[in-house]
Amino acid sequence: MASQLHGSVTVLSSPAVRVRGLGRSFGPDEVLSDLDLDIAPGEFVALIGRSGSGKSTLLRALAGLDREVTGELTVDGTVAIAFQEPRLVPWKRVSDNVCLGLRTSDPRASAADALAEVGLSDRAQAWPLTLSGGEAQRASLARALVREPSLLLLDEPFSALDALTTISMHRLVLSLWENHRPAVLLVTHDVDEALTLADRVVVLTSGRISYTCQVSADRPRDRNRPDLNALRTRLLAELGVDREGKI
Amino acid sequence: MPGNRPALAGEDVSSSPVTRLVAAPRLSGAAAAATVQARPAQGRAGFGGRRSRALLRLISPVVLLVVWQLVSDAGLVSVQKLPPPTQIWSTAVSLITTDSPAYGTLQGAMLVSLERVAIGFAVGAGIALLLAISAGLSRIGENAVDPLMQMLRTLPLFGLIPVFIVWFGIGELPKIILIAIGAAVPLYLNAYAGIRNVDPKLGELAQVLHLSRRELLTRIVLPGAMPQILVGLRQSLGVAWLALVVAEQINANAGLGFMISQATQFLRNDVIIVCLLVYCILGLLTDWLVRVLERRALSWRRSFMAA
Repeated sequence: MASQLHGSVTVLSSPAVRVRGLGRSFGPDEVLSDLDLDIAPGEFVALIGRSGSGKSTLLRALAGLDREVTGELTVDGTVAIAFQEPRLVPWKRVSDNVCLGLRTSDPRASAADALAEVGLSDRAQAWPLTLSGGEAQRASLARALVREPSLLLLDEPFSALDALTTISMHRLVLSLWENHRPAVLLVTHDVDEALTLADRVVVLTSGRISYTCQVSADRPRDRNRPDLNALRTRLLAELGVDREGKI
Repeated sequence: MPGNRPALAGEDVSSSPVTRLVAAPRLSGAAAAATVQARPAQGRAGFGGRRSRALLRLISPVVLLVVWQLVSDAGLVSVQKLPPPTQIWSTAVSLITTDSPAYGTLQGAMLVSLERVAIGFAVGAGIALLLAISAGLSRIGENAVDPLMQMLRTLPLFGLIPVFIVWFGIGELPKIILIAIGAAVPLYLNAYAGIRNVDPKLGELAQVLHLSRRELLTRIVLPGAMPQILVGLRQSLGVAWLALVVAEQINANAGLGFMISQATQFLRNDVIIVCLLVYCILGLLTDWLVRVLERRALSWRRSFMAA
């Protein structure tokens, strides 16, 4: 079966992402097998899993970077991605990075708006190599958002940041999401991050979805809420970590 | 990044941009600070810094000239064999001002040589870049182009001269082809390696941003390979000048090489030295041009080193 990427017929009730029977093998290793996943328009989904569970493979398939997946994969509208390492082009100034490949009528103005939104206007003319980790990741978010995606893929974008920067980045991502309402798929290995941000947390184990839970608490969320604590324990158990933290 | 890669065969590590980049900001920083102290009111530290650095670099050549003159004046070497700088200067002036039947004028000869090297270099560099792009971006291109270029690399350039004379005669054509091949090889090798070293993650980025093939080339691949391309450009200019000197020794009837072979017959070492110095100056000029190019094209790295 061929995978179908981008541009299905839009029906209002149709999901932003529809995945059916997705598979991917690297030689004898089956990384994804018979995976089904729907993401509603505007829904924030966190995908967690241990390393090697196939998280990144699924994300790359959704980004259109993997043409060798089998099964059915439909993304309604445009996709944008913020990578784990910000992947700014070092020889383009920050605003040019945001503009890169942008086909709007006035890319510079769109880039300026996007940079203002992530609070990076004063660094618009800076070279990427002079940015701090948090600034670079904000530039990367601006570059993704300026394309007005209907699906925003976040590939562990905060894993290399320090704790304080991560907290402010969480707030930023939530406010961007609330303003633009793309469907979001956040890949992370951090259960707390998933519980802080997502509407739904999906656990991937050996290439299959092993557990799904809704998180209905209002944002901003206090991570010590009892219902979140219960979910955390359950999710950690799904990931194979018991109450004492033993794996 | 290309800087981390071991040097290619024949690559001048000391002049590679990375070494220079590390050294340059420190020097200019020190020089700028000194200028600020000397002229606190003017606030043109960058300008003065660059100028005083240039002055610093002039010291050792000037010392060499003075020693050379003193050695000649003291009679330690025969003026016939090694004329002193003052005599070379007056020879240069008379070569410029008088159109002698034996030599023509110096500037005339220089123009002829400059034209040869410019045409040969432009042809060689253009072809090298096109080949490097096709080999760097496609498997088919790589399989078609790279083996041939690697073979060409091992061919002794000046060993081709007799064959070229048989094929192309003794006119301008063999000279220009020799320069073109000499310039093409180092530029191809560096540009190809540079393109292959561009971070594949940026290729993925280009894919998710839906960059066109042309945008991929002009925004990602060529700028990414630029540090290495500039290393190649310097080497290839060096080889181009070398090839010019050799090519001009074979049956030229105009140009600096012709002037040198005439002077050899008349035992005029001063004329030969003037011609060699002109080669030096022209070589330095082109090197300076590449440096200017480097400063512009790699400013994203300089600001990183300075930060």
